[in-house]
Amino acid sequence: MQKLGMGQAVNQALREEMHRDPGVFIAGEGVGVSIHPGPMLPTYGLLEEFGPKRVRDTPVSEAAIAGLAVGAAEAGLRPVVEIMFNPFFTLASDMIINHAAKLRYMSGGKSTFPLVVRMKSGAGFGAGSQHSHNLEAWVAHCPGLKVVMPGTAADAKGLLKSAIRDDNPVIFIEHMGLYFAPTPVPEEEYLTPIGPAEIKRPGTDVTVVTWSSMLGVAMTAAERLAQEGVQVEIVDLRTLAPLDKKTILASVAKTGRLVVLHEANLTGGFGGEIAAVVMEEGFSHLKAPLRRVAAPDIPVPVSPPQEQFYVPNAEQLITAIKEIL
Amino acid sequence: MAISAEKKKEMLWTMILSRRFEDELMELCKIEGKIHGMMILATGQEAVGSGACAALAPEDVIITNHRSHNHLLAKGADAKALMAEIFCKATGCNKGKSGTLHLAVPEVNAPCTSTVVGAGPPIAAGQAFAQQYKREKRVTLCFFGDGAAAEGSVHEAMNLAGLWRLPLIFICENNVYAGAQRLEEHTPVADLVSRAAGYAMPGVIVDGNDALAVYEAVATAKKRALAGEGPSFIECKTYRLRGHGEADPQLYQPKDEISAWQEKCPIPRLRDTLVSEGVITAADFQAMEKQAQSMVEEAVRFAEDSPYPSPEEALEDVLV
Repeated sequence: MQKLGMGQAVNQALREEMHRDPGVFIAGEGVGVSIHPGPMLPTYGLLEEFGPKRVRDTPVSEAAIAGLAVGAAEAGLRPVVEIMFNPFFTLASDMIINHAAKLRYMSGGKSTFPLVVRMKSGAGFGAGSQHSHNLEAWVAHCPGLKVVMPGTAADAKGLLKSAIRDDNPVIFIEHMGLYFAPTPVPEEEYLTPIGPAEIKRPGTDVTVVTWSSMLGVAMTAAERLAQEGVQVEIVDLRTLAPLDKKTILASVAKTGRLVVLHEANLTGGFGGEIAAVVMEEGFSHLKAPLRRVAAPDIPVPVSPPQEQFYVPNAEQLITAIKEIL
Repeated sequence: MAISAEKKKEMLWTMILSRRFEDELMELCKIEGKIHGMMILATGQEAVGSGACAALAPEDVIITNHRSHNHLLAKGADAKALMAEIFCKATGCNKGKSGTLHLAVPEVNAPCTSTVVGAGPPIAAGQAFAQQYKREKRVTLCFFGDGAAAEGSVHEAMNLAGLWRLPLIFICENNVYAGAQRLEEHTPVADLVSRAAGYAMPGVIVDGNDALAVYEAVATAKKRALAGEGPSFIECKTYRLRGHGEADPQLYQPKDEISAWQEKCPIPRLRDTLVSEGVITAADFQAMEKQAQSMVEEAVRFAEDSPYPSPEEALEDVLV
């Protein structure tokens, strides 16, 4: 099996879908000619392969990029636009929140908006809070959007292909840390459905619900705890909206314990939603209070020791798990 | 520019219909419990929508805003379905989910109305991009106001449209007021069209109460767009006779200013031109008014007789 970074997996998905459907185009700042050209990055080589009609470098205009997607999607194309970094979503947010998410509803179901907004996210690059802030809870809160945050290259590829074929607006958030950590990706064509979570590691003692790059942190913690005889079950959400409550609740029913782990900061984070779902619908299964492990409620710092302090790690997860065992 | 008699009559007809439609709404919205939500009317500005839409083909797209009724009727939207939607009824063109503010009529290529001021142009750029991408012989026209011209999204869309030579017509309906603020209180320029130069597109000022002038400007812009030469900016100088909405007492609008603009009403103006040209007779005009009256009465009856959607239907149409 090939091993790919998540950027390469995204690249394969884009390439395959662009070959399959001439209505698929990509647009964004530097998606064609980039200030960071490199084969590990998601749109590398696509301009050369598909030409400037379908690989559109745009002005630095996030509202126009998102509006382009909304208008072109309604007109029958399948735009895949890139908002370079998750915090720049604020500049595109009116088009996404007030339009992509709502126009179908307000049309009474007459119109569809089959668009994908790809956003790069994640701390760890010394880029600071205006480039690294994880805002998935903002979009997951908004009805009318699907929100996908893959934790492996294989999931990224299969989910992005599904997102492009989906008739709804999909927010697709890629953690940049995963671009440079190759993981196995099937050679043959496949789709990964949007919606279902996946149990990435079965266990019996405690459930860890996580997504995106925190999957790796959870796996590391689980391996260490296994040496101490603690079996951690890891539920990788992959899709935040729609939320796969069934898989979460079934896992909690089995283990009786829950820790939610995410890189975004704690307050108002999507972990609160998972906690609420389990309290409301799975309370009787809980043998101990649930815990959340997340970044502190501060902007993402730049200084290396502080940035490292910000990002949740395996030790913190292990501590949280041990507190409720 | 030679404008056919049919086109001239079409413009006059959609202006008459829009006025009758909105005059009815003006009365209906005073009745407690009749119409839910805001009521925003284009009374006196009909020459813009009617002139512009007459210059478009059915396959051309319009993107409109909160003051949309005239634009949509001029584009060919069904008066009954619009009225029922304004009444928030299940038979409305959007099943009661848009109300008066967000009317979406994709069947006449008016796919969305955005009430977020300035949000139309980026979406219109997307529509025009799709037309260019698919090599269609169609254009997109976006109506926005003088207030919207201050939104960053409008500038982003104009820059993109100019850069990519999108088949897009920006129509600024300058009705002097953005909310309660007069033009000179919200922009440093007297003519918003001066911005066109910044995006390498032609900009023209037209008398927004002259439907024929609006038609000509849009027809010229459409020709340019279809020739692959890119977008145009048309500023239509008109006046907001009603308030921002019907709940607005217009305390900030001088009464003599309003009455002076009432004298410039675009409907008798076009009527007189067409009568003097022999395109219509005075009797034809009366017949058109009568027809508009009966269409609006029928639309109101249809809307009043229609049921509301069930509460549970609110849960539908979120996702495909």
